[in-house]
Amino acid sequence: MDEPLRISASIVDYALVVAYFAVVLLVGLAARRRVSGSLDFFLSGRSLPAWITGLAFISANLGAVEIIGMSANGAQYGMPTMHYYWIGAIPAMLFLGVVMMPFYYGSKVRSVPEFMLRRFGPGAHLVNAISFALAQILIAGINLFLLATVVNSLLGWPLWVALLLAAAIVLSYITLGGLSAAIYNEVLQFFVIVAALLPLTLIGLHRVGGVGGLIDRVEQSVGGGAEQLRAWPGSELAGFDNPILSVVGIVLGLGFVLSFGYWTTNFVEVQRALATPSMSAARNTPIVASFPKMFIPFVVVIPGMIAGVLVPEVMRLKAEQAAGVTYNDAILLLIRDVLPNGLLGVALAGLLAAFMAGMAANISAFNTVFSYDLWQRYVRQDRPDGYYVKVGRWATVGATLLAIGTAFIAAGYSNLMNYLQTLFGFFNAPLFATFILGILWKRMTATAGWAGLVAGTLGAVAVWVMNEAGVISLPGQGAAFVSAGVAFVVDIVVSVLVTLVTAPKPASELSGLVLSETPKRLRTDPAANRLPWYRAPAKLAGISLVLVIVLNLIFR
Amino acid sequence: MSKAQPTSDRDGDAREGAEPRRAGAFDVRVVIAALIGFYGIVLIIMGLVADTAQARAKTGDVNANLWAGLGMAVVALAFVVWARLRPVIIEPPSDSTDS
Repeated sequence: MDEPLRISASIVDYALVVAYFAVVLLVGLAARRRVSGSLDFFLSGRSLPAWITGLAFISANLGAVEIIGMSANGAQYGMPTMHYYWIGAIPAMLFLGVVMMPFYYGSKVRSVPEFMLRRFGPGAHLVNAISFALAQILIAGINLFLLATVVNSLLGWPLWVALLLAAAIVLSYITLGGLSAAIYNEVLQFFVIVAALLPLTLIGLHRVGGVGGLIDRVEQSVGGGAEQLRAWPGSELAGFDNPILSVVGIVLGLGFVLSFGYWTTNFVEVQRALATPSMSAARNTPIVASFPKMFIPFVVVIPGMIAGVLVPEVMRLKAEQAAGVTYNDAILLLIRDVLPNGLLGVALAGLLAAFMAGMAANISAFNTVFSYDLWQRYVRQDRPDGYYVKVGRWATVGATLLAIGTAFIAAGYSNLMNYLQTLFGFFNAPLFATFILGILWKRMTATAGWAGLVAGTLGAVAVWVMNEAGVISLPGQGAAFVSAGVAFVVDIVVSVLVTLVTAPKPASELSGLVLSETPKRLRTDPAANRLPWYRAPAKLAGISLVLVIVLNLIFR
Repeated sequence: MSKAQPTSDRDGDAREGAEPRRAGAFDVRVVIAALIGFYGIVLIIMGLVADTAQARAKTGDVNANLWAGLGMAVVALAFVVWARLRPVIIEPPSDSTDS
């Protein structure tokens, strides 16, 4: 696949890429001078404004898999890909900001596993911390692999050189500056990514004759058609022929279990919100993030669709002829075909930035969970703060080395998007079930906490194994939707059954952790009433929800 | 990126290493403006001096570098103006030197 993808970068393009990495390293160095206590290192001293953490919140998710995967989906399926944003992200982000964040922020935990510890005790904590750390290393490996693949195919550097170089850069800036540097760089990355993707989209649209030209070409193209221009019912994407089943599958599978599971319990995301100075700012983080998030598909999915009607290789692919490329290459091929030298360098910097953002986010979340939830809790307790900061640094180095290993595992998978969705089904769906039940139902016991998690994960694994073995037959994304749904239901059922036969924690220990036991003043910001509307979480969330409904109506 | 250095010094915080809480105020907006502004200038120059037929063929006969460069320069300026008008004070010290 390297020959069709080779891009003729000039010295100017390289200079633009180098400039980006130089700034990233400078930010790390500058941030290093401010690292003091361990809380500062891990949570940036809770001092960042909501618009910064909000953009970091998006960037942490706008990684390799997102850009490559969503543009590939755009090329293959067209507009139904928008569901990953408008159904699969926005509602869950708003729910996180409005409902869940008060419990995270108000209980002053440093990580999601720490919340499990306070609510359910060591059993659920250990299960969650280990599975989370494992998932982060696996996902970091995917990001690292994609990063190296792009460097390899664009610039011709050998894969292993690209891997080591990418790992070294990610490592140096996290180790240098901690979460502050990671968050600052994520904000920077967001703008570089937009600076890369927006011209790509506009020039691409110009090449196909504007929006009208794109619509005509998609309608008439082989492997295209009118249904690729409408978001609903999305039968091709969900893999269900029946339009009603398809809508139900997208709304419940993608929109509820998978997306709520991902956005509300994924510590990579939540950690960004915890770095703000007030409850309102923490709640605003995902809500502010939802506004740019709903427009990102226009510069990710649309270029994929343009590639599907403009790039010869992708057109052959859609016509089911031998093309020598995959849908994953769609956005790279479009960059090759429409961007002149100069903008090409910005695009390369943007892509490399995005790929690093994802990996850096995985590594810094791993780092927190490893040093506080595993090392401090189960290996060495009661050491001074500096000791755990040092452990955190070494954990970062170790995680990066492990990610190089898991990158080679990821290299063995042909469809990384399905692999990733499957991982989310295993880890996030049961966690979401346990979490939401634990917040709402004060009787839920400690044993039920870990038993539900384990049973839910096993349920998802069972569905996956049956699908792999051919006992049941579900199409690509459908399998991930169903196994996440099974994990959710099994977790709830097991948790309820176990709770009924075990003794609950005394209500006095549940303050700040369970809705009915938390006084209202702990869940709200005392200054919230005086905030202007653009800083009030509930009002902002309402505006965001209306906007996303309008988008769905326009593109139905 | 050479521009990032003087601006972070302008905030005056990197110097005062004695107050670690205070040192948090190097403004990300200035860093964004520096990088995007640098990209904008390079692209404008590319658009003016390297506007080749080959590049025109790729973009569908638009001077894409020039227009994108101008756009980035405007965005960079907007960030500088915003950072000047509404400076972020992180963990304000007892004496408000920033105001």
